[in-house]
Amino acid sequence: MTQETTDPGSRGFLADGGKYPGLLGWIFSTDHKRIGLLYLYAVLSFFLVGVALGLIIRLELIAPGETIMSAQAYNALFTVHGVIMIFLFIIPGIPAIFGNIFLPIHIGANDVSFPRLNLFSWWLYMIAALIILASLFTGGGPPDTGWTFYVPFSAETTTNVPMAVFGVFILGFSSILTGINFVTTVHRLRAPGVNWGRLPLFIWSLYATAWVQILATPMLAITLVLLLAERLLGAGLFDPASGGDPIMFQHLFWIYSHPAVYIMILPGMGIVTEIIPVFARKPVFGYWAIAFSSIGIAAAGSLVWGHHMFVSGMSDMAVLVFSLLTFIVAIPSAIKVFNWVATLYKGSISLDPPMLFALSFIFLFCIGGLTGLILGSAATDVHVHDTAFVVGHFHYVMFGGTGFAFFGGLHYWLPKICGRMYNKRIATIAWGIMFAGFNILYFSMMILGLRGMPRRYYDYLPEYTDLNLVSTVGSWILAAGLLLMFVNLLRGARSGPPAGANPWGGLTLEWTLSSPPQAENFVNIPVVEHGPYDYDKVSPP
Amino acid sequence: MSDKGHPAPHKDYTGAKLGMWLFLYTEVLLFGGLFVLYAVYLHRYPQEFTTAAGQLNMYLGAANTVVLLTGSLLVALAVSAIRLGNSRLAQQLLWGGAVSGVLFLVNKYIEWSTEISHGIYPGSPVLAQRDQGESVFFGLYYLTLGLHGLHVLIGTIILATVAVMSAKGTINQNEFVVLENSGLYWHLVDLVWIFIFPLYYLLL
Amino acid sequence: MSAPPHAIVSYRTFIIIWVLLLLLTGVTVAVSRVHLGALNIWAALGIASLKSALVIFFFMHLKYERPIFKICLLTALVTLALFIGLTFFDVLYR
Repeated sequence: MTQETTDPGSRGFLADGGKYPGLLGWIFSTDHKRIGLLYLYAVLSFFLVGVALGLIIRLELIAPGETIMSAQAYNALFTVHGVIMIFLFIIPGIPAIFGNIFLPIHIGANDVSFPRLNLFSWWLYMIAALIILASLFTGGGPPDTGWTFYVPFSAETTTNVPMAVFGVFILGFSSILTGINFVTTVHRLRAPGVNWGRLPLFIWSLYATAWVQILATPMLAITLVLLLAERLLGAGLFDPASGGDPIMFQHLFWIYSHPAVYIMILPGMGIVTEIIPVFARKPVFGYWAIAFSSIGIAAAGSLVWGHHMFVSGMSDMAVLVFSLLTFIVAIPSAIKVFNWVATLYKGSISLDPPMLFALSFIFLFCIGGLTGLILGSAATDVHVHDTAFVVGHFHYVMFGGTGFAFFGGLHYWLPKICGRMYNKRIATIAWGIMFAGFNILYFSMMILGLRGMPRRYYDYLPEYTDLNLVSTVGSWILAAGLLLMFVNLLRGARSGPPAGANPWGGLTLEWTLSSPPQAENFVNIPVVEHGPYDYDKVSPP
Repeated sequence: MSDKGHPAPHKDYTGAKLGMWLFLYTEVLLFGGLFVLYAVYLHRYPQEFTTAAGQLNMYLGAANTVVLLTGSLLVALAVSAIRLGNSRLAQQLLWGGAVSGVLFLVNKYIEWSTEISHGIYPGSPVLAQRDQGESVFFGLYYLTLGLHGLHVLIGTIILATVAVMSAKGTINQNEFVVLENSGLYWHLVDLVWIFIFPLYYLLL
Repeated sequence: MSAPPHAIVSYRTFIIIWVLLLLLTGVTVAVSRVHLGALNIWAALGIASLKSALVIFFFMHLKYERPIFKICLLTALVTLALFIGLTFFDVLYR
């Protein structure tokens, strides 16, 4: 089933732009691989902006009192940091980049079901991103509500909330259309032999994610419409003075935004599930358990939004119910962890950079997940709510989890996308620096939170100084690691040695193609005769 | 828009319809958010909601129900007509559907302008004088019906477009999934109204 | 790859459904004029659901589609029901 490859030096889809020349051949291309790369460039640019903002936030917190900026500037910074990281980086990140590039290839298709809609999603993403960025420099100044846009403050503040909200609203549509595209593609375009039991687990996780995107994102859209109506028309639906209920805003907002957490983490788990069997040279342990735990996380994760609202004034009954449901999500998450570890057991493990990222994902995700239970339990949540503990927790899940999985994916697939290999030694060093910096940065935050330091303040009591300093130094280490990693990847992509079609010895379909793949993925639609991880039965091409 | 080297986009009839249905679910949940709010506030202000609902014009609401149901019928018939090869009839039915959309919007315009002339609109001083529950009711009423009206407008434009496409032969006996999908969208508009009508106009 | 589309539904079926829908509209108006207390809203929702089912299964051809379409619709509706239901754990007990 190896595909006939074109000449080895070919630049594949990177050179073959279709009917438009140059840049137009990219921004009007309906080739899913090109769209994926467009997303990659855009998403990484916004990620770097977000990182820069995060570094400035940390710098402000290096010492108590006003260090480099005013309280208002600080409010704007953490809001914009949150909005960019969540809506522009981590939600679209893995599905829109790696999902776009590898979902069709993994199932043996030549494109997604609706290629033009796919391109349209990217355009929506870019328009929304520009609107969000414009909101920083126009109107009453950058929004200062935090990324959650809670009423009543968001309805009253004079900053440019409506524009940012409108940008996020459009972004929602981009996300929805990607979800529709992926579900339809998985149902309709699987090549002969790719039955549901032979779907790579990355695809299972994307499929579950896509369902959450379809069913939860509209809730965000309507919430934001309501917020705009509140601000622009004075509809009063969330305003207690005219009979509204601000807590209903929180409900509607988290009905989307909690499932969104799983939109962020599930694809990351998918990447880790791809990497581990390849570098352990073993069939994945518990294929169906992992596949269904993705669906389970998506389903259960959609029903736990209330745990963000334990101290909002919600009824005690609701606190109980949501706390219980939250613990249920831990079950499918733990199933995944156990299965990854069981896959490693007695494997022939090679510690290449992608594997290092995958292993650190498991470690960091476990910390993030277990601290999540502290927050999910109503009794303990009351104590650490809105402290730096929460900030530490979700950075462990989002950055330590999804972020590290994303970088793992970059190191795993970059040779396939560009046809060139980066310097593995430097990649390993960069990983080590990042891993150390990450833990210094965020573990200190969790301790600070347990000691009572609140989040979202530009100032703090003097007794928190030492750990804040440690945390800020950690942010510099992490940034240095990131810089080294990106420079190394960039150099590898430009001038690294040719990677060959299958540098890691993977069994999924992308490794049967040349690196980079040609514009039409498969000259002949392949017929698949084995599962994606059958290392006990077949040897890699 | 197919790229060089890419094979012509394959035709996947079922895929196209599956995609449309998935899109409709997002619409259902979009309106769902408003119905969540409706349910919560109805529970909190049962008395005020009935008082406020009593001020809506039930006859106009009922008339619009009949208009939309009939529009749905016409579009459903159009799908069968095009598949039976009767493109001319299909076009007439689709134009009929579009007219039903326009009728609905005219009706809505009359209704809203009367209400607004009575000073009932979101954030109005008149509503500020009334019970809080009434103000919430009308806030929801304008948002829900406004969003629905927007969908009617879009649906009407879509129906007119597919009518033209049928006349040009782009939609024909063998290629009709665009018509079917447009029909699905139009029926969704109808579905939402089926819930709006009793919940807003018929509370007693 | 194009699957054979489902059977063509006759004009007659559609018109029967339309008549049923109009009748049910009449019923829902009539029922709403009778004081039944809390039952009124449930009656209204029940009839609306029935009407929706007619539109979905006939006008939208769901009756003639493959099972996956029905499963997906059920998923979406159950999700919405859960969203409303869980919100009421807060609203009812506050």
